[in-house]
Amino acid sequence: MELLRQIFIEPFETMIALPDLLLQTLWEGFVSGTLYSLIALGFVLIFKASGVFNFAQGIMVVFAALALVGIHALGVPAYIAVLLTLGVMALLAFTIVRVVLKPLVNQPEIILFMSTIGITFILIAGGQLIFGGEPKAMITTELGLPTGSSDWEVGGGIVIFQHIDIAAALIAALLIAGLALFFNKTKTGRALRAVADDHQAALSVGISLEYIWVVVWFAAGVVALTAGILWAAKSDVSFALQVVALKALPVLVLGGFTSIPGAIVGGLIIGFGEKLFDLYWGSPILGGGTESWFAFIIALIFLLYRPEGLFGEKLIERI
Amino acid sequence: MLKKLVLGAAALGFVATAQMTTIAKAEDTLYLPSMSYRTGPFAGAGGPIANGYADYLNMLNERDGGIGGAKVIVEECETAYNAQKGVECYEATKGNNAGALVYNPYSTGITLQLIPKAPVDEIPVLSMGYGLSAAAIGEKFPWTFNYPASYWSQMSSILQHIDANGGIKGKKIGFIYLDVGYGKEPIPLLDKLAPQMGFEWVGFPVGVKEMQAQGATWLSVRKERPDWMIMWGFGAMNPTAIKEAAKIRFPMDKFIGNWWAGAHADLEPVGEAGKGYLSSNFSGIGTDFPALQDVIKHVVDKGNSQADKDDVGKVLYNRGLFNAVIVAEAVRAAQKATGKKAITGADMRLGLEKFVLDEARLKEIGLEGFTAPIKASCKDHEGAGAIFIQQWDGSDWKRTSDLIPPMTDVVLPLLQEAADKYVAEQTGWKTQSCG
Amino acid sequence: MFYREAGQYKATYEADSAKFPIFQDKLFIWAYLAIGFIAVPFFGNEFFLGAIMIPFLVFTLAAIGLNILTGFTGQISLGTGAFMGVGAYACYKMTLAYPDVNILIFIFASGIFSAIVGMFFGLPSLRIKGFYLVVTTLAAQFFLEWAFIRIPWLYNYNDSGAIEVPQREAFGIIVTGASASAEVRYIICLAVVVIMTWFASNIISGRIGRSWMMIRDMDIAAELMGVRPLYAKLSAFAVSSFYCGVAGALMVFMWLGAAEVESFDYNHSFEVLFMVILGGLGSLLGCFLGAAVIWILPVMIRDWLPPIVDAITPFTINSSQADLVSDIIIGVMIVVFLIMEPLGLARLWAIIKQKLRVWPFPY
Repeated sequence: MELLRQIFIEPFETMIALPDLLLQTLWEGFVSGTLYSLIALGFVLIFKASGVFNFAQGIMVVFAALALVGIHALGVPAYIAVLLTLGVMALLAFTIVRVVLKPLVNQPEIILFMSTIGITFILIAGGQLIFGGEPKAMITTELGLPTGSSDWEVGGGIVIFQHIDIAAALIAALLIAGLALFFNKTKTGRALRAVADDHQAALSVGISLEYIWVVVWFAAGVVALTAGILWAAKSDVSFALQVVALKALPVLVLGGFTSIPGAIVGGLIIGFGEKLFDLYWGSPILGGGTESWFAFIIALIFLLYRPEGLFGEKLIERI
Repeated sequence: MLKKLVLGAAALGFVATAQMTTIAKAEDTLYLPSMSYRTGPFAGAGGPIANGYADYLNMLNERDGGIGGAKVIVEECETAYNAQKGVECYEATKGNNAGALVYNPYSTGITLQLIPKAPVDEIPVLSMGYGLSAAAIGEKFPWTFNYPASYWSQMSSILQHIDANGGIKGKKIGFIYLDVGYGKEPIPLLDKLAPQMGFEWVGFPVGVKEMQAQGATWLSVRKERPDWMIMWGFGAMNPTAIKEAAKIRFPMDKFIGNWWAGAHADLEPVGEAGKGYLSSNFSGIGTDFPALQDVIKHVVDKGNSQADKDDVGKVLYNRGLFNAVIVAEAVRAAQKATGKKAITGADMRLGLEKFVLDEARLKEIGLEGFTAPIKASCKDHEGAGAIFIQQWDGSDWKRTSDLIPPMTDVVLPLLQEAADKYVAEQTGWKTQSCG
Repeated sequence: MFYREAGQYKATYEADSAKFPIFQDKLFIWAYLAIGFIAVPFFGNEFFLGAIMIPFLVFTLAAIGLNILTGFTGQISLGTGAFMGVGAYACYKMTLAYPDVNILIFIFASGIFSAIVGMFFGLPSLRIKGFYLVVTTLAAQFFLEWAFIRIPWLYNYNDSGAIEVPQREAFGIIVTGASASAEVRYIICLAVVVIMTWFASNIISGRIGRSWMMIRDMDIAAELMGVRPLYAKLSAFAVSSFYCGVAGALMVFMWLGAAEVESFDYNHSFEVLFMVILGGLGSLLGCFLGAAVIWILPVMIRDWLPPIVDAITPFTINSSQADLVSDIIIGVMIVVFLIMEPLGLARLWAIIKQKLRVWPFPY
């Protein structure tokens, strides 16, 4: 009885009694949701174009952020450091496609997936070897990112909007819009969608698979750098950050592996869901710390009803 | 292609075997392995600690020719804060150079695994400011030491600090902790002291995977509105927590971290936003001590340290150095007691029970005012050391309080109880009686 | 020449379908067993047994468990670490409740608990496959990790949240706890691994194993031919988790001596997956080879690389850098093997064996 009350009545009482807290929670959920979407987008891009489930996306986020901070520490101005980091990510994309993926063309998906786990290992250890393992501060102010905050008084309390969070949401939205434009309006983008539809057919009309793959891996690198900067501005640049990127997996399951809108909607659902659940149900009933598995369990339950995700393509299997 | 690879690997293996030359044995040596973690999620803490530890001992080698005439050999072994690698390090190094004298695992997980091994291999374990609190009871844990204070002693000191700064009666204390054994350790003490001191406490666990995504946790903090926050955090959790606290406008001077949540590496990413944040500490800050000057002169300036000169004197560097001081003092005590230059692990255990680090001795070794005096004994493997509180001024740590001794009368029975429980679960556990 | 099988006639169907049809193979197996049971404990020192051989055996067992699921049934799992944890905690609780029962019984019994949990988290595999399944097994991993911390009953309300292995005797010998000698613990691990490998090889070549492989090769076709996916998939999850659970119990009781939740984190799931990939998907021999390479190679690199670099080049590297280098080498090996020999070391061995059979006249 007490438990039922805790589940069905008390959370809503708290929501009504403290409207500012509810709004703040929704805002926090929105911000982390956009960041999850951004990381998930990196996965979707690569999966669509090459059928590779890129497990290394998480470490690419850390690697990009580390490279940026490391290059800046050499005395390079912040914006030039960003450009150089993009160069590093391009080089990384080229190397991965050339050395790892090209020899693995036509192998089963599981082999490709496992090869990205190998890449993850190399990047984690290599990153620590080059940049050192100790956490570093993100160069937030040098990049011109805002740091202050604004208040909004509501219902006897305040909702605090961090400017960096607003900037993060805006930048993420801009990047997603930019990528959408790129894929819909440019020649490369159209070629990419052709590859996503059918590798063989795309090859037969003269599209270079290798070039397209380098482009998507680079695009995923850009997404990783952005996600790395924005997330590290909230804490710091350290290797523990790559675990956060695993959160993108349930987002993908919710949205479907091949759908860009799916990644966005899935990210927002997870972002809102885990914050609300932990605050109103997880902490009072289960003792907190539910954020680590909530997204995954939601994805698991969801999968039982809709195995192809919200926007994914329905699988039709033949013998 | 594969054939070449296989052949190449075989050749490499052969060369490697040929290179495995045995290290020439010196006359009298003291072998002190250093379990370090310069990689992995907690590398930011592991590096400075290992540097401080190695540099002090190397300084003794350079300046005095070792300890009591015997050269010190420090060998690092990488654990990556991983219990399995830690055990492997232990097994690999314990027999080197006539035997390791003492292990400082720098990880509660590794410590727990070494505690049962210590009496069997006769190598003491010194977990300085971490590990199993109950190990402070020397009668029950003859081979394990946790100078200068256990987590429970530390928590009692922190609570006293709160009491002294505005009273604790009727207040609500928030306790944010890393959701592993280390973070949960002080909970029994909070439960015990809450009715006694008249405060209420709420726990906020942070999972290891959520260290850098604490949004929901701090929303809960905002909902609960505690008067004070106490943090048992480590690694990337600390800067994130402080940034999130600043975000919800939690007053920084009401936020106290434990001694693992108060390093330069924790606050430098936060910078100005963390101004006013408090943390406890037991090893002095800065390089204004003769011993540290000697370290700089004999080791760092000669390029024999892995640390940058700027990092000498920072909180965790000094903690590693203080660990080396305790080890060195214990070695001296053991040498005095046995009359031998090269001692064994069992002698070292005696030394760790016998050494005295009082004000006079601290002054002698050039660390006056660095830390609270420690009095070791057979019964008390904790030394009931006092802590002090330091405050972040936006760019550096400043010591702001006098030494706060722990509430031994409350902590000791709890420690005793926990030690009894541990021993009861083990069959054939060896205890000792202290005359 | 070395593997000449001329003159070895098979007169019965049993002889033809035997596990090791070639006489030399039988000889090798008996030789290995003799080395494993007699020579290694006799000559090996404590470090070799305690820090190399025991972990190697534990990981071999876990790799067999994962290989049953991934290599033979085609379901990828990243929950191995958590299933090992279920076994370890189950064994701990049972031996605390009944201290007088032989610990070896509990080590096997703990696998049953793990199998039940594994079957539960295997349920989604009936609806989904491939990468979606990766996510659900990762869900199992994270949820169980959380449960290991949040249910204090599991670690007997220990203040540190850790389980400490109590001292237990079996057949009058101390087998667990710090006083147990490395030789005894090694022999027990080896015996468990040998028995369970033999058992696995029989399941795999039997009806159940064949239905697993049909599911792996094409599940719809298998279903049309009368293999029930429910039974086949769930039995694979159950058997796989059973092996992982026993491996987890061995890991804590025979090797580590104490454990907290970090001992079962998702990194272990990856480590075991690597062993399976490198050793060879769908091969029991591969589990041994993969575990040997992934566990022993880094130990060797950590010990040997710094002195080699010191001697040959003007640079010096410390133990942390050597550790990172070994990680990089493992990553590179994974990629190289996937490109050049996706079936892993086991396939490499098969090629070598074929060469040995026909040598010196390969035509």
